[in-house]
Amino acid sequence: MSEALNDLAAVLEVKQSDAIVSSSIDFDELTVVVTNTSLLDFVDFLKGNASCQFTTLVDITAVDYPGREKRFEVVYHFLSMVINQRIRVKVMIEEGEQVESITSIHACANWFEREAFDMYGILFANHPDLRRLLTDYGFEGHPLRKDFPTTGYVEMRYDEVEKRCIYEPVKLTQEYRQFDFMSPWEGAEYILPGDEKKDA
Amino acid sequence: MDGSNGSAISMDEKVRNFSINFGPQHPAAHGVLRMVLELDGEIVERADPHIGLLHRGTEKLMESRTYLQNLPYFDRLDYVAPMNQEHAWCLAIEKLTGVEVPRRASLIRILYSEIGRIANHLMNVGSQALDIGALTPNLWGFDQRESLMIFYERACGARLHANYFRPGGVHQDLPEKLIADIQTWTEQFEPFLKDFEGLLTENRIFKQRNVDIAVVTKQDVYDWGLNGVMARSAGLAWDLRRSQPYECYNEFDFKIPVGKNGDCYDRYLLRLEEMRESIKIIQQCIVKLGECKGEDVLARGKLTPPKRSDMKTSMEALIHHFKLYTEGFHVPAGEVYAAVEAPKGEFGVYLVADGSNKPYKAKIRAPGYLHLQAVDHLATGHQLADVAAIIGTIDIVFGEIDR
Repeated sequence: MSEALNDLAAVLEVKQSDAIVSSSIDFDELTVVVTNTSLLDFVDFLKGNASCQFTTLVDITAVDYPGREKRFEVVYHFLSMVINQRIRVKVMIEEGEQVESITSIHACANWFEREAFDMYGILFANHPDLRRLLTDYGFEGHPLRKDFPTTGYVEMRYDEVEKRCIYEPVKLTQEYRQFDFMSPWEGAEYILPGDEKKDA
Repeated sequence: MDGSNGSAISMDEKVRNFSINFGPQHPAAHGVLRMVLELDGEIVERADPHIGLLHRGTEKLMESRTYLQNLPYFDRLDYVAPMNQEHAWCLAIEKLTGVEVPRRASLIRILYSEIGRIANHLMNVGSQALDIGALTPNLWGFDQRESLMIFYERACGARLHANYFRPGGVHQDLPEKLIADIQTWTEQFEPFLKDFEGLLTENRIFKQRNVDIAVVTKQDVYDWGLNGVMARSAGLAWDLRRSQPYECYNEFDFKIPVGKNGDCYDRYLLRLEEMRESIKIIQQCIVKLGECKGEDVLARGKLTPPKRSDMKTSMEALIHHFKLYTEGFHVPAGEVYAAVEAPKGEFGVYLVADGSNKPYKAKIRAPGYLHLQAVDHLATGHQLADVAAIIGTIDIVFGEIDR
């Protein structure tokens, strides 16, 4: 399995050396990081090249790393039923940077890209219909970003007086509790009331 | 309307396309699907599914819970066959941590995955028949599903939301009586399937509504990322249990049925055939389980709790138990994609771990998501009434699509 993956990685390194930033094999899975500008050509190459034939798009998602300069990783998973291999392709982008849509190569990228836009606010250039997908009509914000609170900002209810659904800021009867069970010897920071005085 | 029959409508009055909302509260929408259909007469010109009405933010919630606490969320995705989803999550964690699952646990997982597959297909075939006008098969299917639900309950205490698979094995061993009862059940299932089939397979109306509807070609499978029964109906013998075997599926003798025409009727036949193959796997599983009676069903280590008896005598075991259920186990940093052949197709989990006790990111890749996306492609050109048949055949459950 991993031998075939090594061969595949070598082929990609040779043929697409301009596009590839880095590639690695972990847990028997090949991950290739490519530059944003060459993504479309690279995906096209993966689909068309006889030694790859990654004709099936499995998944597109993103990962948010707020600490990084290039905040988002857009992650593509492809499957080749012919050579029975999977590949993971990643593109690193900054906030607000656009990624080329791959809907022209894989029709099923449509909803995945809409979801990534909905959840992370990543813009896909030349996407045919970049609307929100999973969240409410008129929803604001991008829920899977790390700076979006789990409780959200608004809640909806049916108002008996106005006879319609109304949106209000979230009111919690009990504060959202996030228990941190990490061992105090392993990194959890316990800040007790009064601790701020020591810096003064 | 062309004026040749001398109607009063003038030529410049254009025939306008008609948009209707299919759902969100339509009984054939299999849950909360809102589909905006653009109709030309009775012919569908465009279908725009609006999803997300059952969106619960599972992936967001998972980021703030430990790995073990996240397991029950997987039952709530495709709630028709819950254990198959748990399986993908466990496989992802096991891949990252490098834990070997004991043989008996592996067999139990396969046993319950196949029970889930039968439960799913019974539900699907029954409800598809219901969508297009036959009530009885659904009731018969539910009767059998009930026995399966009881097997679920006897294994883990819950009928639907099992929470039975664990990273490193399964929660508890199965009682001998349960295994014997599953064996007895499989023996009556074959004759049941014959009766069940008798209602539908040669039924004139069922055939009229299914044959040549939503034909899927190999190219469609590639373009739209279809998988599971959808891909196999197009003639692609692609099944992860065979092509990328996980657990110990490669020891089992079963066939991968494939379709010829790629229409709804083919998919119905495939589901029936897959149930027969699943029965074969279950029976082989029971024989193999008999060979490893009494073996442990959990890989004892950091991921799993210590034995109850150890906790009575060993302080370390007690501490381990406490830490496991409060802090949870840590998963080394890395990223994996683990997929199983769920009844609906490839169900995958992309897990990014940062070394802590919670996943940094978990993406659930549901097969129904892609199938529903392809509805526009499949339904275009069909009659409005066929939309119900198409939604039935693509086997969608909103728990996994909306997440």
